[in-house]
Amino acid sequence: MPLSGFKFGKKKLKEEERYLQANNRDFNLEFEYANNSIKTSKYNFFTFLPLNLFEQFQRIANAYFLFLLILQLIPQVSSLSWFTTVVPLVLVLAVSGVKDAIDDFNRHKSDNHVNNRPVQVLINGRLKDDKWMNIQVGDIIKLENNNFVTADLLLLSSSEPHSLTYIETAELDGETNLKVKQALTVTAELGENLQKLTDFNGEVKCEAPNNKLDKFTGTLTLRGEKFALDNEKMLLRGCTIRNTEWCFGLVIYAGPDTKLMQNCGKTTFKRTSIDRLMNVLVLVIFAFLALMCFILAIGNGIWEHDKGYYFQVYLPWAVGVNSAAYSGFLMFWSYVIILNTVVPISLYVSVEIIRLGNSFYIDWDRKMYYPLNDTPAQARTTTLNEELGQIKYIFSDKTGTLTQNIMAFNKCSINGKSYGDVYDMAGQRTEITEHTEKVDFSYNRLADPKFVFYDHSLVEAVKLDDAATHGFFRLLSLCHTVMPEEKKEGNLVYQAQSPDEGALVTAARNFGFVFRARTPETITVVEMGETKVYELLAILDFNNVRKRMSVIVRSPEGDLTLYCKGADTIVYELLDSSCGSLKEETMEHLNEFAGEGLRTLVVAYKNLQEDYFQEWHKRHHEASTALDGREEKLSELYEEIEKDLMLLGATAIEDKLQDGVPQTIETLTKAHIKIWVLTGDKQETAVNIGYSCNMLHDDMEDVFIIEGNTSEEVLDELRTARKKMNPDSFLDSDDIIKFENPSTKSRILPEEQANGVYGLVINGHSLAYALEGNLELELVRTACLCKVVICCRVTPLQKAQVVELVKKYKKAVTLAIGDGANDVSMIKTAHIGVGISGQEGMQAVLSSDFSFAQFRYLQRLLLVHGRWSYIRMCKFLRYFFYKNFAFTLVHFWYGFFSGFSAQTVYDQWFITLYNLVYTSLPVLGMSLFDQDVDDRWSMQFPHLYEPGQQNLYFNKIEFVKCVLHGIYSSLILFFIPYGAMYDTVRSDGKAIADYQSFALMAQTCLLIVVSVQIGLDTAYWTAVNQFFIWGSLSVYFAIIFTMYSDGMYLIFTASFPFIGTARNTLSQPNVWLVIFLSIILCVLPVVGGRFLKSQLMPTISDKVLRKIRAAKKQPPPPLPKTRLRRTSTRRSGYAFSHQHGFGALIMSGRNMRPKLPFTTTGMFSPNSEKNKHK
Amino acid sequence: MAVNYNAKEEADGHPSGVGASGGAGKSRKPDNTAFKQQRLPAWQPILTAGTVLPAFFIIGLIFIPIGIGIFVTSNNIREYEIDYTGTDSSSPCNKCLNVSWNSTPPCTCTINFTLNQPFETNVFMYYGLSNFYQNHRRYVKSRDDSQLNGDNSSLLHPSKECEPYSTSENKPIAPCGAIANSMFNDTLELFRIDNETRIPITLNKKGIAWWTDKNVKFRNPSGNTNNLTALFQGTTKPVNWPKPVYMLDSEADNNGFINEDFIVWMRTAALPTFRKLYRLIERKNNLQPTLQAGKYSLDITYNYPVHSFDGRKRMILSTISWMGGKNPFLGIAYITVGSICFFLGVVLLVIHHKYGNRNTSADIPN
Repeated sequence: MPLSGFKFGKKKLKEEERYLQANNRDFNLEFEYANNSIKTSKYNFFTFLPLNLFEQFQRIANAYFLFLLILQLIPQVSSLSWFTTVVPLVLVLAVSGVKDAIDDFNRHKSDNHVNNRPVQVLINGRLKDDKWMNIQVGDIIKLENNNFVTADLLLLSSSEPHSLTYIETAELDGETNLKVKQALTVTAELGENLQKLTDFNGEVKCEAPNNKLDKFTGTLTLRGEKFALDNEKMLLRGCTIRNTEWCFGLVIYAGPDTKLMQNCGKTTFKRTSIDRLMNVLVLVIFAFLALMCFILAIGNGIWEHDKGYYFQVYLPWAVGVNSAAYSGFLMFWSYVIILNTVVPISLYVSVEIIRLGNSFYIDWDRKMYYPLNDTPAQARTTTLNEELGQIKYIFSDKTGTLTQNIMAFNKCSINGKSYGDVYDMAGQRTEITEHTEKVDFSYNRLADPKFVFYDHSLVEAVKLDDAATHGFFRLLSLCHTVMPEEKKEGNLVYQAQSPDEGALVTAARNFGFVFRARTPETITVVEMGETKVYELLAILDFNNVRKRMSVIVRSPEGDLTLYCKGADTIVYELLDSSCGSLKEETMEHLNEFAGEGLRTLVVAYKNLQEDYFQEWHKRHHEASTALDGREEKLSELYEEIEKDLMLLGATAIEDKLQDGVPQTIETLTKAHIKIWVLTGDKQETAVNIGYSCNMLHDDMEDVFIIEGNTSEEVLDELRTARKKMNPDSFLDSDDIIKFENPSTKSRILPEEQANGVYGLVINGHSLAYALEGNLELELVRTACLCKVVICCRVTPLQKAQVVELVKKYKKAVTLAIGDGANDVSMIKTAHIGVGISGQEGMQAVLSSDFSFAQFRYLQRLLLVHGRWSYIRMCKFLRYFFYKNFAFTLVHFWYGFFSGFSAQTVYDQWFITLYNLVYTSLPVLGMSLFDQDVDDRWSMQFPHLYEPGQQNLYFNKIEFVKCVLHGIYSSLILFFIPYGAMYDTVRSDGKAIADYQSFALMAQTCLLIVVSVQIGLDTAYWTAVNQFFIWGSLSVYFAIIFTMYSDGMYLIFTASFPFIGTARNTLSQPNVWLVIFLSIILCVLPVVGGRFLKSQLMPTISDKVLRKIRAAKKQPPPPLPKTRLRRTSTRRSGYAFSHQHGFGALIMSGRNMRPKLPFTTTGMFSPNSEKNKHK
Repeated sequence: MAVNYNAKEEADGHPSGVGASGGAGKSRKPDNTAFKQQRLPAWQPILTAGTVLPAFFIIGLIFIPIGIGIFVTSNNIREYEIDYTGTDSSSPCNKCLNVSWNSTPPCTCTINFTLNQPFETNVFMYYGLSNFYQNHRRYVKSRDDSQLNGDNSSLLHPSKECEPYSTSENKPIAPCGAIANSMFNDTLELFRIDNETRIPITLNKKGIAWWTDKNVKFRNPSGNTNNLTALFQGTTKPVNWPKPVYMLDSEADNNGFINEDFIVWMRTAALPTFRKLYRLIERKNNLQPTLQAGKYSLDITYNYPVHSFDGRKRMILSTISWMGGKNPFLGIAYITVGSICFFLGVVLLVIHHKYGNRNTSADIPN
């Protein structure tokens, strides 16, 4: 659903507190709560015209033309017919209006789609299918598995034990792990008994709608009893029900009052820097226009005083004009009308059309289409295209953007032997490619088919009954908090709290240690085909301090064992001294794994004595029921038993990068784009990813780590870093003082260069200090010297703050890319927000400007689409301003020869049609098709991107150049016909120096000159360009011959006074000589100038073009090869991505189903044997 | 120019077939058309030394001969011009300088002049005005084309554009407007003086206006009668005119709105200095030039006051070439531009040789 532009309903009174009663619509209606329909559309059929027109006239350009139209209605001032303004204005309004109408129609459509989703609502004791929009506060609705939650609900009951309900909140907060909600016991009793549910008449009193996702307070009053309600009992709109057959909920907030809607806020209207520049330029042009009109008005005053006054014998002054000064005053306004074309009305419309066209190219690009989930790229905002060609800073999320959020069991070290690498015949380690032979797990019926492993020696070790290997996998199958689900026999699905854990258990499963089922007291594992039930005695759960978890189990044989897995640094401290050499070997392997950017865990076990354990277990029971200091007591107990462990080995999990991330980052870095990673992850993980995707590498001068805990420390660290990178940067310290002075308007920091390649890592809490007041400048200066910046443990708000910081102090275009709801803030803050799409209905995508499925498409979006859009837009603007100045200024020169009387040079129809018909299509063609180099070369030479970053192709200087070029052309276009026609006649002696012939000649020259100019500007001549240019010229000649024909004159005598001019003039050879001379004089200097520039001061694109031309003679270059993985000595950390384990929940058994199917059927059951023999 | 049609081969980065899994109809995979994938075949011209330098030389080589041709043609045109405004006190027309419209009897003056060379071909006689702003906006629009086109309702109800010359004495003016009102009304007569005898030269007054103007744009009002006086019934003459529009000429096909002198005047000039065709002097026979060298005299009936606004009046006799009247500008311009092009070509060639190959593309990192 498009949430942009959402308006909250008209509330007469601000709601203080919400009060509602279940199943009582009449009662709830009294409060006029919003119902569940949402409305993001702006107009309906009847309000469209007035509202849309009102909005359009709020734009300054449109208002300006309205003002001109009014001026034209004043007879003393009117220098042009009304249609010269009305026709373009109506056309412009119509085009924008149609665009708005289509947009709004789409909004209506998506509103309808959402509003008409079906849901089951309980009405009069019966479940009825209804639409979402008809749901009201106080209704009880039924949701089924995988349904979207309709509104903000109070969970009443569910199919699961203890009325637990699992939800996925990805759309709401970006977290993909499941969350558990649990209903009140008193409502859980209702079950799915419709009668009871209908009779349920609880009254809810709660806070007014707000946008706090993690907070809810309220009370439920049922049969006189009060129950406290909190967020644990709420299902919020935007979530999805998972693993729960059904559940019932009471609607608390609906439609616009839901937390999702309250959170989406209003979308800030983004504008590109070209837009802002254009606004400035339009003001400059206005000033220029005023100046010209002023000069001409003065001229008119003088002329009327010196000449016009005496010329009154033939031309009396207009009625009411009694002095030359007054005449001059009127003429000022007349010239405002005539010269208005320097501010082209069609500029804004054309710009919109060009951006729209270039957005379609993004939608259509097959190379940004992701076939696996059928997602094409999408330009959600169609007004920011050219800014894609100017990006200097990319702020990227990590999880889901750079990485897939898929953990793959990649390598392991068991008893001093490392597994997971593939060696070729010669014993050399080889790169794993698509063709590498995978391990065949088909002997194991319960194996997960998606699991991939390449090292065959590990399977052999398992098959050979190697004790250590078995122990290793047994540990992995027992020591975890994963929940299994087996709806069909053999079809095991694991619900893991963190993907790391899921990966480990899945690995054990495939190697023959299948975790099959669990109860609060037991764990069922199929070990090499043999079903074993372990007694689960304790879970020593994970937390952030312990960084490890353990289980204590009793095997069917009666052995008591503690299994532990955890961070290497922690677990190594707890190891028994007897495993000294193994420790060293394993450490070596750990280093190796870490160097490859893998996430490592160390696993160990310990056999326990029965009596010791019983005693410990008793104390454990006491501690876990203690009322105060429970946590401390428990952790003391855990530490007591988790020692003298025997090392088993280590696991290495790959946090899988998205495809092509390292290459993309390399390309973008070559294009001088700075990449900042902002992640909520821990420092170790983030730094690891930084290394594995090539942002950080070993040949960097240094990677600074800012982890100070006070603002002084942070300042110190930042300064030290900067001193090392650029010792000079402290010499210009007066700069800083200047910036700290609030009166200075310019807050843009100058670019500074570091003396090498550096990286910077900032911790979350340090970042909090660094973002405060006076430190932020230090942060920006230091961070911008670094090539790569990684911020860890960043909150969504801080992400936005960091983006805001760079926007504030750097004159740079920023892009934020992310996939989760935690990235929404930065996506909205950055100039360009990019959402990674793929998962249905993600919030990041909804608030983004562009979306696609894979991070790697970013390079194509920027280097190809962005660059082209930027070049096209700049070329368009340069040409557009040129053609309008050349067109308009001819009137200015003519003023000096026509008594400053605001006489136009051209036919009024030509003025009307010039921008709309004669010159619009060629320039549109250029700005839709032009490309200086094709996409392959754009990617090959990322340096081509730099001119965009430096804003070289259209800026104030370029604008001045266009204006000067326009002035030059207008001089040629006026004075060449003037000189040639002065006091002369036709080849039959008749008139040719008459006004109409002169007008025709000037306008024909102009049109041909601007057509040749567009030809010169077009670098990529497609058939369409040819057609547009030749077509426009033909249309021009067709129109003039038609408009100046006898028939048109006889029908509309007053409108087409130019009868016969075309025939009488264009038949003259000297007219064509004049046209030819004008073209050469206008175009040759441009050709010469461009040629000279490419010879003397070639730009980077000139050089690349030259190189490409040389290369084109040879066969095309081979596609860039994928690099071999870098090996480095980086040390990695350990990673569980969650905060607290599910241990307590498992031990309490609250999340267990009452009956456990298939628990006893092993892998080699008679049943499966039969299948096997078939 | 560098011609290279790049028919780019399909280079789709994705493994094909995967995307089609959802069925050909359902897949949201964008179409693989040259337009949508921005692979339209195109020609990419680049400004290179190989194209730019020859262009300069060729243009130079074309322009100089054209310019010389035009210049010679223009110089071969015979033209004789007399300023008869009479501002100079020695001028015979000085006495008429302060003449006003409708002064009776009309002021006349005679100017004698000598043609040193004969005018061989047809000779065109122009009157020229200077400092006369026929292109002033209010002047240009002060006419009613419908009226001039013979529309009967416009005849009696002239357009508002004609103000203040739309009505006079409560009658509509025909033709209305400032242009018509200020129509040039000097009469010029030419005599050859052969042994003290004045031989009048036949001046053709027809065939001086554009065919389209004479036949389409200007028409007399229509009615049951051919009598112009009746057709213009109910209108009055322009203020400055001595007689009404239907008495401009005696010949029916040159009277009223289709009087050619009137039509020529109504085609307003683009610039404040202009000349308008007044009479034609056709060559009688092939043996004698149209105007022999010798003495001539110009009789002027001086009605048209221009002195008040510093205007000038001229009489011009001119022959015509294929490119119109005498105007050296175009020829000189072509010669100049051609020479500059040639010169620039040389300069660019030198620059190209000196610097062009210096900038190798080696400094582009791959």
